[in-house]
Amino acid sequence: MGLKVGIARFLGTNCDEDVRKWVLSKSATADYLWYEDQFDPNAYDMVIIPGGFSYGDYLRCGALAALTPVMKSVREFAKKEKPILGICNGFQILCESGLLPGALLRNKDQRFKDQWVTLKVEQNKNHFSKKMTTGQILKLPIAHGEGNYYAEGDTLKMMADQNQIWLTYRQENPNGALMNIAGITNEKHNICGLMPHPERAQTTWMGSSDGAFFL
Amino acid sequence: MMNEVSSGIKIGIKIMPRDVILDTQGRAVENSMKLNGFALQACRVGKFLEMTLAGNDQAQARISVEKMLKQGGLYNPLIEKFEIQIL
Repeated sequence: MGLKVGIARFLGTNCDEDVRKWVLSKSATADYLWYEDQFDPNAYDMVIIPGGFSYGDYLRCGALAALTPVMKSVREFAKKEKPILGICNGFQILCESGLLPGALLRNKDQRFKDQWVTLKVEQNKNHFSKKMTTGQILKLPIAHGEGNYYAEGDTLKMMADQNQIWLTYRQENPNGALMNIAGITNEKHNICGLMPHPERAQTTWMGSSDGAFFL
Repeated sequence: MMNEVSSGIKIGIKIMPRDVILDTQGRAVENSMKLNGFALQACRVGKFLEMTLAGNDQAQARISVEKMLKQGGLYNPLIEKFEIQIL
């Protein structure tokens, strides 16, 4: 039996189809989870929250999406310690939901960043790093205006102590994120969020196939 | 006697980035103003929300708005601070 993956979909989500194709390429099944509906947490093995501009980024990126019925179910799903991946706006939604620590602020230089980045895998102790090794270098694309990761000093220290810092930018920090953070996990390592887009780097003709290491 | 038709209470909510947050938007505005010859020491950019609540109990309205802010996710205490004004 293949993995059953739920893909949350909000008005303004725009990476849903890319994520679905990626999931299907791993011989898993994919269902879209509409933001106005709740879902049965037992019906899925994994939930992915794709990127985009849910609610047009109104109020704060991810803030209004965090208050929707689908996210109520995602919270229940999280309690079962099942794997959840938030990509870009999905990462912002997980932070606004309180499922991941910290917040994502406007990029340090105010610009929307659409470019390739080099990442280092700081730890591979989570569900989405099973094919990675700690210290591995990845090449992935980013496309965001608000990816400047922020958390309080003591939170950052706790995260570092608990191996919650997952991916960091190498060579260049594109957005001003503290500690060069590109991706983090929760304490239990079942909830993961990252700004780069693994679904956009699946084959060499896309520019990199390093996104294949995530599933 | 006039009909007691309440038009509700107007509440203003000022949401600003916390002082510890480097406000890049404010800094960009500040630099642009300076570049154009205006004198200013600092600038921070936030947002202002206007809400109309039913009734005429100001204290109650303030409590409701605080609930929206703190429980409803209207502001993010990690990065923002707020001020409620009765308009």
